Amino acid sequence: MAITIDELNAIRDREKKRIDISENQDGKIRVAIGMATCGIAAGAKSVLGALNREIERRNLKNIEVTQTGCIGVCRLEPIVDVYMPGREKVTYVKMDPEKAARIVAEHLVNQTVVVDYTIGTI
Amino acid sequence: MSFVRSHILVSGGTHSPFSSNMEVAELFNQQLKKNGNRGDVMVVLTDLNIPALSPIALIYPEGTYYTVSSPQDIEQIVQEHVLRGQIVTHLLYKGVHLDSNNYSIDKTPFFKKQKRIALRNCGIINPEKIDEYIAHDGYQALAKCLTEKTPEQVIEIIDQSGLRGRGGAGFPTARKWLFAAQAPGTVKYVCCNADEGDPGAFMDRSVMEGDPHSLIEAMAIAAYAIGSEQGYIYVRAEYPIAVERLKVAIGQAEEYGFLGNHIFGTDFCFHLEIRLGAGAFVCGEETALMTSIEGKRGEPRPRPPFPAIKGLFGKPTILNNVETYANVAWIIDHGPEAFAAMGTERSKGTKVFALGGKIENTGLVEIPMGTTLREIVYDIGGGVPNKKKFKAAQTGGPSGGCIPADMIDISIDYDSLAEAGAMMGSGGLIVMDEDNCMVDIAKYFLEFTVDESCGKCSPCRIGTKRLHEILEKITSGNGEMTDLDLLEELCQHIKSSALCGLGQTAPNPVLSTLRHFREEYVAHVVEKRCPAGVCKNLLYYVILGDRCKGCTVCKNNCPTGAISGELKQPHHIDQSICVKCGACIEKCKFDAIVKK
Repeated sequence: MAITIDELNAIRDREKKRIDISENQDGKIRVAIGMATCGIAAGAKSVLGALNREIERRNLKNIEVTQTGCIGVCRLEPIVDVYMPGREKVTYVKMDPEKAARIVAEHLVNQTVVVDYTIGTI
Repeated sequence: MSFVRSHILVSGGTHSPFSSNMEVAELFNQQLKKNGNRGDVMVVLTDLNIPALSPIALIYPEGTYYTVSSPQDIEQIVQEHVLRGQIVTHLLYKGVHLDSNNYSIDKTPFFKKQKRIALRNCGIINPEKIDEYIAHDGYQALAKCLTEKTPEQVIEIIDQSGLRGRGGAGFPTARKWLFAAQAPGTVKYVCCNADEGDPGAFMDRSVMEGDPHSLIEAMAIAAYAIGSEQGYIYVRAEYPIAVERLKVAIGQAEEYGFLGNHIFGTDFCFHLEIRLGAGAFVCGEETALMTSIEGKRGEPRPRPPFPAIKGLFGKPTILNNVETYANVAWIIDHGPEAFAAMGTERSKGTKVFALGGKIENTGLVEIPMGTTLREIVYDIGGGVPNKKKFKAAQTGGPSGGCIPADMIDISIDYDSLAEAGAMMGSGGLIVMDEDNCMVDIAKYFLEFTVDESCGKCSPCRIGTKRLHEILEKITSGNGEMTDLDLLEELCQHIKSSALCGLGQTAPNPVLSTLRHFREEYVAHVVEKRCPAGVCKNLLYYVILGDRCKGCTVCKNNCPTGAISGELKQPHHIDQSICVKCGACIEKCKFDAIVKK
């Protein structure tokens, strides 16, 4: 099913709206975990598991957990980026399953940044 | 027994506008009933021990904390959160205010000086979702080339951008494509060098794992430009995740029709396959790589003929590095002038460096050409840790050279580095401080090249081995001044007669360190001393009598029994027994043991 240029543009416009947080007003939160070799070697898979478990436990519906590549600060992996509609992204570093659970509770649900885990604090 | 799907815990409120929390609970229950609740939401009075002026409502299972100040708040919470699952933002119990935001990686000094072109999507998109690549203008460049430009025009655009090969040699990309386009024949190949053999380099891995489609799109564009229908990505087998992500991406691209026949409905067809390396550094060399794809032992061959005329399977072939390709789609999308606007006169665009060694901020950085080494080390890299002095930066791995501290303001571009006897290389940048021995560094790189030499040509096979032996001699305290002359002579011979880049560049670390740090070599040879305190054979571990308390800890930890001494008396190390393992220094609590 080879797509045409018009279809390509349609996909682009649709996906841009979906993942661009500054335009996205429907409340969907995007959580991206670094899952390149550096992230995985540092333990990103168990962080991913912890995030998913906590989100399910709390029955949260408006969160998309996704994987991403290497942002370039491999020594700070596992890294989790939180994108909230209308706000700048927050970068959490040196994550582990416990910290992940706390971020779900405090940041994703109660919109309070866990400052101690952010990149600026390290 | 009825199933409770949600709990509302009510607590607190030192200055509550309500008469009591019973009233709050009652209002919640009333709202719930009014909105059709049949008992699956339970309200509970409790004490959460949270300091607050107004009552707090904690909603489970989400764990949301609300401040409740009026009956309207209660109504809103029930209608929006409990019934529709939408968090009522303005009622959230506020901890740290979210808007004062400096928590993003984009705001860190490490990031601010970077200009991400090749790494534009890495760490941003999900590499396994082609739609996200498309959302960031993916495959627009390919569509534009196929439907609006001729192959000649595509090469013209790349030429105007000034893009030079990012694999290390810096050959103008457009010129390579032009040679292949003009070569006679209908069967031509597009190859990608994803072998990334340089120790410490991981730029290409990052692109393949984080943005594989940028590579696929660029190879398709290149194929269109030269008239090819088949491409190969040669990936080192030590990158299993990269291989996996590439496979997924190729499958998705085929599904969408970006690979295969009649792409975007045009006459253009292009197929892409992956070939795995098998652990040989030499297979990063272009002719050895192609030989390897052909199924033979990876050995280079003489040039001419150059691969653009006669390459893979004897056909015109272009081989470009992953990072070179990663720039192509961006150049087409934004125009060659935008790319050429960055960098220097003859080195346009950006370069990705893998920053490592004695530096605070290790990792990948992408910076415009022309950035100085000083900016990289101090502004982006955060400086040398532990208050040590910057000594040199090694670029180009085993093929490169070092830039000493007094040249720290050098502009990082192809020509300036070549002039300094260093080399851009694929992008590995190792920072060294006063504790690194430059002779030892040269020896380390030679160890690598000796191991990786394919053995086909004598200058490399025998020459690198002899170079290594001389360096071994020098670092073990048996060197002579004539060895330094011999090193230099041998290096020049190898450079001028080796068959391929591996041999031709293997002497670079030696020549470079000899040029900039000759006094260290001389110290090793004449004084039998290693100024940096690294070369074990030239080191003596000595116990300082006036600091030693005679606690016997070192004596008890010495694996060879080289330390002797009575309790409370200064101890002594027998140099003939000492193996310089360093255990004693580690254990001594009085800083009484030093390396001399």
